[in-house]
Amino acid sequence: MTLETRSYPGAERPARSYRHNADGVDIAVYEWGTESNPPLFLVHGGSDFAGTFDVFAPLIAAAGYRVVAWDHRGHGDSEHAPLYGWDADIRDALSVMSATTNKAAPVIAHSKGGALMMQLADSCPYRISAIVNIDGMPSKRRMPDVPDHDQSRLLADSIGSWLDFRHEAAASERKPGTLVDLAQRRGKMNPRLSIEWLEYLVTIGAQQDADGWRWKLDPTMRFGGFGPWRPEWASLRMAALTMPFLGLLGTFDEPMGWGARPRDVLPWIPSSGRLEVLEGIGHFIHIEEPERVSKLILEFLS
Amino acid sequence: MNTVMLQHNKVTLALHNVRPGTGRPLLFLHGLGESAAMMSALAVDWGGPVWALDFTGHGDSSVPAGGGYSSEILMADADIALRHIGEATVVGRGLGAYIAFLIAGARPTLVRGAVLIDGPGLAGGAIHATSNSEITSGGDRTGTTPDPWALIELSRDARPPTYTTTFARLAVSGSGIADPIAVTCKVAPPWVEAIRAEPGVMIDITLQDALDIYAAI
Repeated sequence: MTLETRSYPGAERPARSYRHNADGVDIAVYEWGTESNPPLFLVHGGSDFAGTFDVFAPLIAAAGYRVVAWDHRGHGDSEHAPLYGWDADIRDALSVMSATTNKAAPVIAHSKGGALMMQLADSCPYRISAIVNIDGMPSKRRMPDVPDHDQSRLLADSIGSWLDFRHEAAASERKPGTLVDLAQRRGKMNPRLSIEWLEYLVTIGAQQDADGWRWKLDPTMRFGGFGPWRPEWASLRMAALTMPFLGLLGTFDEPMGWGARPRDVLPWIPSSGRLEVLEGIGHFIHIEEPERVSKLILEFLS
Repeated sequence: MNTVMLQHNKVTLALHNVRPGTGRPLLFLHGLGESAAMMSALAVDWGGPVWALDFTGHGDSSVPAGGGYSSEILMADADIALRHIGEATVVGRGLGAYIAFLIAGARPTLVRGAVLIDGPGLAGGAIHATSNSEITSGGDRTGTTPDPWALIELSRDARPPTYTTTFARLAVSGSGIADPIAVTCKVAPPWVEAIRAEPGVMIDITLQDALDIYAAI
Protein backbone atom coordinates (compact mmCIF):
# COMPACT_ATOMS: atom_id res chain seq x y z
CA MET A 1 0.00 0.00 0.00
CA THR A 2 1.45 3.34 -1.05
CA LEU A 3 0.71 6.18 1.34
CA GLU A 4 -1.07 8.99 -0.48
CA THR A 5 0.13 12.47 0.34
CA ARG A 6 -0.88 16.03 -0.43
CA SER A 7 0.80 19.39 -0.02
CA TYR A 8 -0.80 22.80 0.33
CA PRO A 9 0.67 26.24 -0.31
CA GLY A 10 1.99 27.74 2.94
CA ALA A 11 1.27 24.62 5.01
CA GLU A 12 4.10 23.47 7.28
CA ARG A 13 4.02 20.47 9.54
CA PRO A 14 5.19 21.22 13.10
CA ALA A 15 8.90 21.47 13.85
CA ARG A 16 8.46 19.18 16.86
CA SER A 17 5.86 16.68 17.99
CA TYR A 18 5.69 14.54 21.13
CA ARG A 19 3.31 12.74 23.47
CA HIS A 20 2.09 14.11 26.80
CA ASN A 21 0.47 12.06 29.55
CA ALA A 22 -2.49 14.08 30.85
CA ASP A 23 -3.25 12.04 33.97
CA GLY A 24 -3.59 8.82 32.02
CA VAL A 25 -4.75 10.16 28.65
CA ASP A 26 -2.10 10.21 25.91
CA ILE A 27 -2.17 13.61 24.19
CA ALA A 28 -0.37 14.45 20.91
CA VAL A 29 1.40 17.82 21.14
CA TYR A 30 2.93 19.86 18.29
CA GLU A 31 5.19 22.89 18.16
CA TRP A 32 6.10 25.41 15.49
CA GLY A 33 8.89 27.99 15.86
CA THR A 34 12.07 28.15 17.89
CA GLU A 35 11.85 26.29 21.20
CA SER A 36 13.48 29.09 23.19
CA ASN A 37 10.92 31.67 22.05
CA PRO A 38 8.07 32.69 24.39
CA PRO A 39 5.24 30.13 24.24
CA LEU A 40 1.84 30.79 22.72
CA PHE A 41 -0.96 28.22 22.68
CA LEU A 42 -3.27 27.42 19.77
CA VAL A 43 -6.46 25.54 20.60
CA HIS A 44 -8.56 23.82 17.94
CA GLY A 45 -12.33 23.41 17.85
CA GLY A 46 -14.62 20.41 18.12
CA SER A 47 -14.03 17.61 15.56
CA ASP A 48 -10.85 19.38 14.40
CA PHE A 49 -7.19 18.69 15.16
CA ALA A 50 -3.97 20.66 15.52
CA GLY A 51 -3.03 20.06 11.86
CA THR A 52 -5.76 22.52 10.87
CA PHE A 53 -3.26 25.19 12.03
CA ASP A 54 -0.60 24.13 9.51
CA VAL A 55 -0.84 27.42 7.57
CA PHE A 56 -1.82 29.73 10.43
CA ALA A 57 0.66 28.50 13.08
CA PRO A 58 3.82 29.16 11.03
CA LEU A 59 2.68 32.77 10.49
CA ILE A 60 2.40 33.26 14.25
CA ALA A 61 5.66 31.41 14.91
CA ALA A 62 7.46 33.63 12.41
CA ALA A 63 6.71 36.62 14.65
CA GLY A 64 8.91 35.10 17.38
CA TYR A 65 6.67 32.67 19.24
CA ARG A 66 7.03 29.03 20.26
CA VAL A 67 3.58 27.96 19.09
CA VAL A 68 2.21 24.94 20.96
CA ALA A 69 -0.95 23.07 19.95
CA TRP A 70 -2.36 19.66 20.78
CA ASP A 71 -5.00 17.25 19.57
CA HIS A 72 -7.81 17.14 22.14
CA ARG A 73 -8.57 13.71 23.59
CA GLY A 74 -10.30 11.59 20.94
CA HIS A 75 -9.18 13.95 18.16
CA GLY A 76 -6.31 13.61 15.68
CA ASP A 77 -3.49 11.48 17.06
CA SER A 78 -4.48 11.76 20.73
CA GLU A 79 -5.84 8.75 22.57
CA HIS A 80 -9.45 7.70 22.20
CA ALA A 81 -10.48 8.11 25.84
CA PRO A 82 -13.22 6.15 27.62
CA LEU A 83 -15.01 9.38 28.57
CA TYR A 84 -15.24 12.87 27.15
CA GLY A 85 -16.33 16.04 28.85
CA TRP A 86 -15.96 19.78 28.90
CA ASP A 87 -14.00 19.84 32.17
CA ALA A 88 -11.82 16.96 30.99
CA ASP A 89 -10.87 18.94 27.86
CA ILE A 90 -9.98 21.95 30.00
CA ARG A 91 -7.98 19.76 32.35
CA ASP A 92 -6.04 18.21 29.46
CA ALA A 93 -5.34 21.72 28.15
CA LEU A 94 -4.06 22.89 31.50
CA SER A 95 -1.90 19.78 31.75
CA VAL A 96 -0.25 20.47 28.36
CA MET A 97 0.16 24.17 29.17
CA SER A 98 1.68 23.44 32.58
CA ALA A 99 4.17 21.05 31.00
CA THR A 100 5.24 23.85 28.64
CA THR A 101 5.49 26.80 31.01
CA ASN A 102 4.51 27.79 34.52
CA LYS A 103 4.02 31.40 33.43
CA ALA A 104 1.04 33.11 31.86
CA ALA A 105 1.05 32.86 28.07
CA PRO A 106 -1.17 34.09 25.23
CA VAL A 107 -3.82 31.79 23.80
CA ILE A 108 -5.49 31.79 20.38
CA ALA A 109 -8.48 29.48 20.31
CA HIS A 110 -11.08 28.61 17.70
CA SER A 111 -14.73 27.68 18.11
CA LYS A 112 -15.24 25.18 20.96
CA GLY A 113 -11.58 25.76 21.86
CA GLY A 114 -12.42 29.42 22.39
CA ALA A 115 -15.19 28.60 24.83
CA LEU A 116 -12.95 26.12 26.65
CA MET A 117 -10.20 28.71 27.00
CA MET A 118 -12.60 31.36 28.29
CA GLN A 119 -13.53 28.99 31.10
CA LEU A 120 -9.88 28.23 31.80
CA ALA A 121 -9.04 31.95 31.73
CA ASP A 122 -11.84 32.60 34.20
CA SER A 123 -10.78 29.86 36.61
CA CYS A 124 -6.99 30.22 36.15
CA PRO A 125 -6.34 33.85 35.17
CA TYR A 126 -2.70 33.41 36.17
CA ARG A 127 -2.23 31.01 33.24
CA ILE A 128 -3.36 33.19 30.34
CA SER A 129 -1.82 36.59 29.54
CA ALA A 130 -4.08 37.40 26.56
CA ILE A 131 -6.82 35.56 24.78
CA VAL A 132 -8.00 35.59 21.17
CA ASN A 133 -11.33 33.90 20.62
CA ILE A 134 -12.03 33.03 16.98
CA ASP A 135 -15.80 32.50 16.63
CA GLY A 136 -16.11 30.59 19.88
CA MET A 137 -18.34 33.08 21.61
CA PRO A 138 -21.79 32.07 22.75
CA SER A 139 -25.07 32.71 21.09
CA LYS A 140 -28.27 32.48 23.08
CA ARG A 141 -30.43 32.11 19.98
CA ARG A 142 -32.52 28.93 20.02
CA MET A 143 -35.27 27.73 17.72
CA PRO A 144 -37.69 30.64 18.00
CA ASP A 145 -40.23 29.21 15.55
CA VAL A 146 -40.57 25.82 17.26
CA PRO A 147 -43.37 25.59 19.87
CA ASP A 148 -42.46 24.38 23.37
CA HIS A 149 -44.18 21.00 23.02
CA ASP A 150 -42.30 20.31 19.79
CA GLN A 151 -39.03 21.30 21.45
CA SER A 152 -39.78 18.75 24.20
CA ARG A 153 -40.44 16.08 21.58
CA LEU A 154 -37.19 16.95 19.79
CA LEU A 155 -35.38 16.72 23.12
CA ALA A 156 -36.93 13.32 23.88
CA ASP A 157 -35.87 12.07 20.43
CA SER A 158 -32.41 13.49 20.90
CA ILE A 159 -31.92 11.84 24.30
CA GLY A 160 -33.31 8.50 23.09
CA SER A 161 -31.09 8.53 20.03
CA TRP A 162 -28.02 9.36 22.11
CA LEU A 163 -28.78 6.57 24.59
CA ASP A 164 -29.32 4.10 21.73
CA PHE A 165 -25.93 5.07 20.33
CA ARG A 166 -24.24 4.44 23.69
CA HIS A 167 -25.30 0.78 23.43
CA GLU A 168 -23.53 0.43 20.10
CA ALA A 169 -20.60 2.78 20.72
CA ALA A 170 -18.07 0.05 21.53
CA ALA A 171 -18.47 -1.47 18.05
CA SER A 172 -18.69 1.77 16.09
CA GLU A 173 -16.06 2.67 13.52
CA ARG A 174 -15.61 5.39 10.96
CA LYS A 175 -16.72 4.75 7.39
CA PRO A 176 -13.77 4.23 5.03
CA GLY A 177 -13.42 6.01 1.71
CA THR A 178 -10.91 7.39 -0.71
CA LEU A 179 -8.92 10.45 0.23
CA VAL A 180 -11.16 12.50 -2.06
CA ASP A 181 -14.32 10.97 -0.51
CA LEU A 182 -13.27 12.07 2.96
CA ALA A 183 -12.41 15.56 1.75
CA GLN A 184 -15.79 15.88 0.06
CA ARG A 185 -17.59 14.63 3.19
CA ARG A 186 -15.79 17.20 5.30
CA GLY A 187 -16.64 19.80 2.69
CA LYS A 188 -20.28 19.50 3.72
CA MET A 189 -19.32 20.77 7.17
CA ASN A 190 -16.64 23.16 5.84
CA PRO A 191 -18.36 24.48 2.69
CA ARG A 192 -16.19 27.58 2.37
CA LEU A 193 -12.85 25.77 2.43
CA SER A 194 -11.17 24.61 -0.80
CA ILE A 195 -11.10 20.95 -1.75
CA GLU A 196 -7.31 21.19 -2.03
CA TRP A 197 -7.10 22.23 1.65
CA LEU A 198 -9.57 19.56 2.72
CA GLU A 199 -7.61 16.87 0.87
CA TYR A 200 -4.47 18.08 2.63
CA LEU A 201 -6.30 17.80 5.98
CA VAL A 202 -7.27 14.21 5.20
CA THR A 203 -3.60 13.25 5.01
CA ILE A 204 -3.13 14.49 8.60
CA GLY A 205 -6.45 13.96 10.34
CA ALA A 206 -7.23 10.59 8.78
CA GLN A 207 -5.38 7.30 8.50
CA GLN A 208 -4.97 5.13 5.44
CA ASP A 209 -6.07 1.56 6.16
CA ALA A 210 -6.15 -1.38 3.76
CA ASP A 211 -9.81 -0.68 2.92
CA GLY A 212 -9.48 3.08 2.61
CA TRP A 213 -9.03 6.30 4.57
CA ARG A 214 -10.80 6.92 7.89
CA TRP A 215 -10.90 10.06 10.01
CA LYS A 216 -9.01 9.51 13.27
CA LEU A 217 -11.71 11.26 15.33
CA ASP A 218 -13.04 8.77 17.89
CA PRO A 219 -16.23 7.31 16.39
CA THR A 220 -17.74 6.97 19.86
CA MET A 221 -17.82 10.75 20.23
CA ARG A 222 -21.28 12.00 19.57
CA PHE A 223 -22.72 15.11 21.03
CA GLY A 224 -26.17 14.54 22.49
CA GLY A 225 -27.69 17.86 21.59
CA PHE A 226 -28.86 18.14 25.17
CA GLY A 227 -27.35 18.82 28.55
CA PRO A 228 -27.39 21.24 31.43
CA TRP A 229 -25.01 23.77 29.88
CA ARG A 230 -26.53 27.15 29.07
CA PRO A 231 -24.95 29.55 26.53
CA GLU A 232 -25.36 32.46 28.89
CA TRP A 233 -22.86 30.87 31.26
CA ALA A 234 -20.12 31.34 28.68
CA SER A 235 -21.27 34.94 28.27
CA LEU A 236 -20.89 35.54 32.00
CA ARG A 237 -17.42 34.04 31.96
CA MET A 238 -16.43 36.11 28.94
CA ALA A 239 -17.61 39.34 30.58
CA ALA A 240 -15.60 38.52 33.70
CA LEU A 241 -12.22 38.12 31.95
CA THR A 242 -9.56 40.56 33.03
CA MET A 243 -6.71 39.86 30.59
CA PRO A 244 -6.54 41.51 27.12
CA PHE A 245 -9.26 39.95 24.96
CA LEU A 246 -9.85 39.95 21.21
CA GLY A 247 -12.96 38.34 19.76
CA LEU A 248 -13.21 37.61 16.05
CA LEU A 249 -16.44 36.92 14.21
CA GLY A 250 -17.14 36.22 10.54
CA THR A 251 -20.39 37.12 8.88
CA PHE A 252 -21.32 33.85 7.12
CA ASP A 253 -23.16 31.14 9.07
CA GLU A 254 -21.73 27.65 8.60
CA PRO A 255 -22.77 24.17 9.81
CA MET A 256 -19.96 24.06 12.37
CA GLY A 257 -20.35 27.67 13.45
CA TRP A 258 -21.98 28.94 16.63
CA GLY A 259 -24.39 31.24 14.90
CA ALA A 260 -23.35 34.16 17.07
CA ARG A 261 -23.99 37.63 15.68
CA PRO A 262 -22.21 40.79 16.84
CA ARG A 263 -25.34 41.93 18.67
CA ASP A 264 -25.32 38.63 20.65
CA VAL A 265 -21.70 39.02 21.66
CA LEU A 266 -21.08 42.74 22.09
CA PRO A 267 -22.89 43.14 25.42
CA TRP A 268 -20.61 40.50 26.94
CA ILE A 269 -17.23 41.65 25.61
CA PRO A 270 -15.03 42.26 28.69
CA SER A 271 -13.90 45.76 29.50
CA SER A 272 -10.36 44.65 28.66
CA GLY A 273 -11.35 43.52 25.20
CA ARG A 274 -12.76 44.27 21.79
CA LEU A 275 -14.67 42.51 19.03
CA GLU A 276 -13.60 42.55 15.38
CA VAL A 277 -16.13 41.53 12.74
CA LEU A 278 -14.56 40.33 9.50
CA GLU A 279 -16.94 40.76 6.61
CA GLY A 280 -17.27 38.03 4.03
CA ILE A 281 -15.69 35.26 6.13
CA GLY A 282 -17.23 32.13 7.65
CA HIS A 283 -16.52 30.14 10.81
CA PHE A 284 -12.95 29.12 9.93
CA ILE A 285 -11.66 32.68 9.91
CA HIS A 286 -7.99 31.81 10.42
CA ILE A 287 -8.08 29.22 7.63
CA GLU A 288 -9.92 31.35 5.09
CA GLU A 289 -7.65 34.38 5.53
CA PRO A 290 -4.56 33.34 7.50
CA GLU A 291 -2.38 36.32 6.57
CA ARG A 292 -5.01 38.94 7.39
CA VAL A 293 -6.03 37.24 10.63
CA SER A 294 -2.49 36.54 11.82
CA LYS A 295 -1.56 40.19 11.19
CA LEU A 296 -4.57 41.37 13.17
CA ILE A 297 -3.78 39.04 16.06
CA LEU A 298 -0.07 39.84 16.14
CA GLU A 299 -0.89 43.55 16.30
CA PHE A 300 -3.22 42.82 19.21
CA LEU A 301 -0.60 40.75 21.02
CA SER A 302 2.07 43.39 20.53
CA MET B 1 -25.07 -11.94 44.94
CA ASN B 2 -24.69 -12.86 41.25
CA THR B 3 -22.99 -10.30 39.06
CA VAL B 4 -23.35 -9.64 35.34
CA MET B 5 -20.68 -7.62 33.58
CA LEU B 6 -22.06 -5.29 30.88
CA GLN B 7 -20.13 -3.22 28.35
CA HIS B 8 -20.72 0.52 28.07
CA ASN B 9 -18.32 1.62 25.34
CA LYS B 10 -14.83 1.17 26.88
CA VAL B 11 -16.16 0.76 30.44
CA THR B 12 -17.25 -2.54 32.01
CA LEU B 13 -20.22 -2.16 34.34
CA ALA B 14 -20.99 -4.53 37.21
CA LEU B 15 -24.72 -5.21 37.62
CA HIS B 16 -25.47 -7.26 40.73
CA ASN B 17 -28.51 -9.42 41.33
CA VAL B 18 -29.12 -8.67 45.01
CA ARG B 19 -31.91 -11.19 45.37
CA PRO B 20 -34.27 -13.13 43.10
CA GLY B 21 -38.01 -12.56 42.95
CA THR B 22 -41.08 -12.76 40.78
CA GLY B 23 -42.48 -9.78 38.95
CA ARG B 24 -41.10 -6.45 37.90
CA PRO B 25 -37.45 -5.87 38.83
CA LEU B 26 -36.28 -3.14 41.17
CA LEU B 27 -33.03 -1.37 40.27
CA PHE B 28 -30.88 0.32 42.93
CA LEU B 29 -28.64 3.23 41.92
CA HIS B 30 -26.08 4.19 44.56
CA GLY B 31 -24.79 7.56 45.75
CA LEU B 32 -21.58 9.36 44.84
CA GLY B 33 -18.56 7.45 46.14
CA GLU B 34 -20.73 4.51 47.19
CA SER B 35 -21.21 1.14 45.51
CA ALA B 36 -23.94 -1.34 44.68
CA ALA B 37 -22.82 -3.42 47.68
CA MET B 38 -23.49 -0.50 50.04
CA MET B 39 -26.83 0.24 48.39
CA SER B 40 -27.88 -3.40 48.60
CA ALA B 41 -28.24 -3.13 52.38
CA LEU B 42 -31.27 -0.88 51.87
CA ALA B 43 -34.28 -2.65 53.41
CA VAL B 44 -37.34 -2.62 51.14
CA ASP B 45 -40.34 -4.84 50.68
CA TRP B 46 -40.43 -5.75 46.97
CA GLY B 47 -41.65 -8.97 45.39
CA GLY B 48 -39.63 -8.86 42.19
CA PRO B 49 -35.92 -9.40 41.68
CA VAL B 50 -33.68 -6.66 43.06
CA TRP B 51 -30.67 -5.48 41.07
CA ALA B 52 -27.96 -2.96 41.97
CA LEU B 53 -25.63 -1.25 39.51
CA ASP B 54 -22.11 -0.02 40.07
CA PHE B 55 -21.77 3.20 38.09
CA THR B 56 -18.69 3.84 35.95
CA GLY B 57 -15.67 4.26 38.23
CA HIS B 58 -17.48 2.82 41.27
CA GLY B 59 -17.61 -0.55 43.02
CA ASP B 60 -16.73 -3.43 40.72
CA SER B 61 -17.11 -1.42 37.50
CA SER B 62 -13.98 -0.39 35.63
CA VAL B 63 -12.21 2.95 36.02
CA PRO B 64 -11.71 5.06 32.89
CA ALA B 65 -8.37 6.88 32.66
CA GLY B 66 -8.48 10.66 32.86
CA GLY B 67 -12.08 11.18 33.96
CA GLY B 68 -14.65 12.98 31.84
CA TYR B 69 -17.68 12.06 33.95
CA SER B 70 -21.12 13.55 33.58
CA SER B 71 -24.50 12.68 34.97
CA GLU B 72 -25.61 11.98 31.41
CA ILE B 73 -22.94 9.26 31.05
CA LEU B 74 -24.21 7.69 34.27
CA MET B 75 -27.74 7.94 32.90
CA ALA B 76 -26.45 5.87 29.97
CA ASP B 77 -24.97 3.38 32.50
CA ALA B 78 -28.47 2.99 33.95
CA ASP B 79 -29.88 2.56 30.45
CA ILE B 80 -27.40 -0.26 29.78
CA ALA B 81 -28.62 -1.96 32.98
CA LEU B 82 -32.28 -1.47 32.02
CA ARG B 83 -31.72 -3.09 28.63
CA HIS B 84 -30.48 -6.16 30.51
CA ILE B 85 -33.26 -6.39 33.11
CA GLY B 86 -36.15 -4.82 31.19
CA GLU B 87 -38.89 -2.59 32.61
CA ALA B 88 -38.10 -1.74 36.20
CA THR B 89 -38.87 0.51 39.11
CA VAL B 90 -35.77 2.46 40.11
CA VAL B 91 -34.61 3.62 43.53
CA GLY B 92 -31.78 6.13 43.53
CA ARG B 93 -29.80 7.45 46.49
CA GLY B 94 -27.95 10.78 46.39
CA LEU B 95 -26.26 11.02 42.99
CA GLY B 96 -28.19 7.88 42.08
CA ALA B 97 -31.43 9.76 42.81
CA TYR B 98 -30.50 12.34 40.20
CA ILE B 99 -29.63 9.59 37.71
CA ALA B 100 -32.86 7.71 38.49
CA PHE B 101 -34.73 10.93 37.83
CA LEU B 102 -32.92 11.55 34.52
CA ILE B 103 -33.47 8.03 33.21
CA ALA B 104 -37.15 8.23 34.19
CA GLY B 105 -37.46 11.18 31.81
CA ALA B 106 -35.22 9.70 29.14
CA ARG B 107 -36.76 6.20 29.08
CA PRO B 108 -40.29 6.81 30.39
CA THR B 109 -41.67 3.51 29.07
CA LEU B 110 -38.90 1.46 30.70
CA VAL B 111 -38.91 3.13 34.11
CA ARG B 112 -42.06 2.26 36.06
CA GLY B 113 -41.60 4.77 38.79
CA ALA B 114 -38.46 6.39 40.18
CA VAL B 115 -37.99 6.90 43.92
CA LEU B 116 -35.46 9.50 45.02
CA ILE B 117 -33.86 9.19 48.46
CA ASP B 118 -31.26 11.23 50.35
CA GLY B 119 -27.60 10.34 50.00
CA PRO B 120 -24.16 11.52 48.89
CA GLY B 121 -24.03 13.55 45.70
CA LEU B 122 -27.67 14.60 45.81
CA ALA B 123 -26.92 18.30 45.44
CA GLY B 124 -24.42 18.28 42.55
CA GLY B 125 -22.76 21.54 41.62
CA ALA B 126 -23.89 25.07 41.11
CA ILE B 127 -26.89 25.95 39.00
CA HIS B 128 -25.00 28.62 37.07
CA ALA B 129 -21.51 29.38 35.79
CA THR B 130 -18.79 29.24 38.42
CA SER B 131 -15.03 29.73 38.49
CA ASN B 132 -14.19 26.16 39.44
CA SER B 133 -10.58 25.53 40.33
CA GLU B 134 -8.82 23.34 37.80
CA ILE B 135 -7.01 20.20 38.90
CA THR B 136 -4.72 18.17 36.65
CA SER B 137 -4.06 15.07 38.74
CA GLY B 138 -6.37 12.62 40.42
CA GLY B 139 -3.75 11.92 43.09
CA ASP B 140 -2.58 8.64 44.62
CA ARG B 141 -5.97 6.93 44.35
CA THR B 142 -6.12 7.29 40.56
CA GLY B 143 -7.27 4.05 38.96
CA THR B 144 -9.16 2.76 42.03
CA THR B 145 -12.85 2.93 42.89
CA PRO B 146 -14.44 5.22 43.67
CA ASP B 147 -12.50 7.05 40.98
CA PRO B 148 -11.24 10.43 42.28
CA TRP B 149 -12.26 12.03 38.97
CA ALA B 150 -15.81 10.78 39.50
CA LEU B 151 -15.84 12.34 42.96
CA ILE B 152 -14.51 15.65 41.64
CA GLU B 153 -16.55 15.95 38.47
CA LEU B 154 -19.86 14.55 39.66
CA SER B 155 -19.88 16.64 42.83
CA ARG B 156 -19.86 19.82 40.76
CA ASP B 157 -21.84 18.97 37.64
CA ALA B 158 -24.45 21.61 36.92
CA ARG B 159 -28.12 20.83 37.49
CA PRO B 160 -30.04 23.96 36.53
CA PRO B 161 -33.75 23.78 37.40
CA THR B 162 -34.77 24.59 33.82
CA TYR B 163 -32.98 21.41 32.73
CA THR B 164 -34.32 19.13 35.43
CA THR B 165 -37.93 20.25 35.13
CA THR B 166 -37.76 19.25 31.47
CA PHE B 167 -36.95 15.66 32.46
CA ALA B 168 -39.86 15.67 34.93
CA ARG B 169 -42.20 16.67 32.10
CA LEU B 170 -40.75 14.01 29.78
CA ALA B 171 -41.37 11.37 32.47
CA VAL B 172 -44.96 12.48 32.95
CA SER B 173 -45.79 12.78 29.25
CA GLY B 174 -44.05 9.57 28.18
CA SER B 175 -44.69 7.08 30.99
CA GLY B 176 -48.48 6.93 31.16
CA ILE B 177 -48.09 6.92 34.96
CA ALA B 178 -49.87 9.65 36.87
CA ASP B 179 -46.98 10.26 39.26
CA PRO B 180 -43.81 8.66 37.82
CA ILE B 181 -41.45 10.39 40.27
CA ALA B 182 -41.47 10.08 44.07
CA VAL B 183 -39.28 12.44 46.09
CA THR B 184 -38.67 11.16 49.60
CA CYS B 185 -35.62 13.38 50.20
CA LYS B 186 -35.43 15.56 53.28
CA VAL B 187 -32.75 17.62 51.55
CA ALA B 188 -33.90 19.84 48.69
CA PRO B 189 -31.12 21.35 46.59
CA PRO B 190 -32.38 23.66 43.81
CA TRP B 191 -32.99 20.89 41.28
CA VAL B 192 -35.06 18.89 43.79
CA GLU B 193 -36.91 22.00 44.89
CA ALA B 194 -37.76 22.70 41.26
CA ILE B 195 -39.12 19.26 40.45
CA ARG B 196 -41.12 19.06 43.68
CA ALA B 197 -43.34 21.75 42.21
CA GLU B 198 -43.93 19.80 39.00
CA PRO B 199 -47.09 17.80 38.31
CA GLY B 200 -46.48 14.06 38.40
CA VAL B 201 -43.97 14.29 41.24
CA MET B 202 -45.06 12.80 44.58
CA ILE B 203 -43.72 14.46 47.72
CA ASP B 204 -44.23 13.83 51.45
CA ILE B 205 -44.11 10.10 50.90
CA THR B 206 -41.92 7.31 52.30
CA LEU B 207 -39.76 5.00 50.21
CA GLN B 208 -41.89 1.96 51.00
CA ASP B 209 -45.19 3.74 50.33
CA ALA B 210 -43.87 4.88 46.94
CA LEU B 211 -42.69 1.34 46.12
CA ASP B 212 -46.11 -0.04 47.05
CA ILE B 213 -47.75 2.39 44.63
CA TYR B 214 -45.36 1.51 41.82
CA ALA B 215 -45.61 -2.22 42.51
CA ALA B 216 -49.35 -1.98 41.86
CA ILE B 217 -48.93 -0.45 38.40
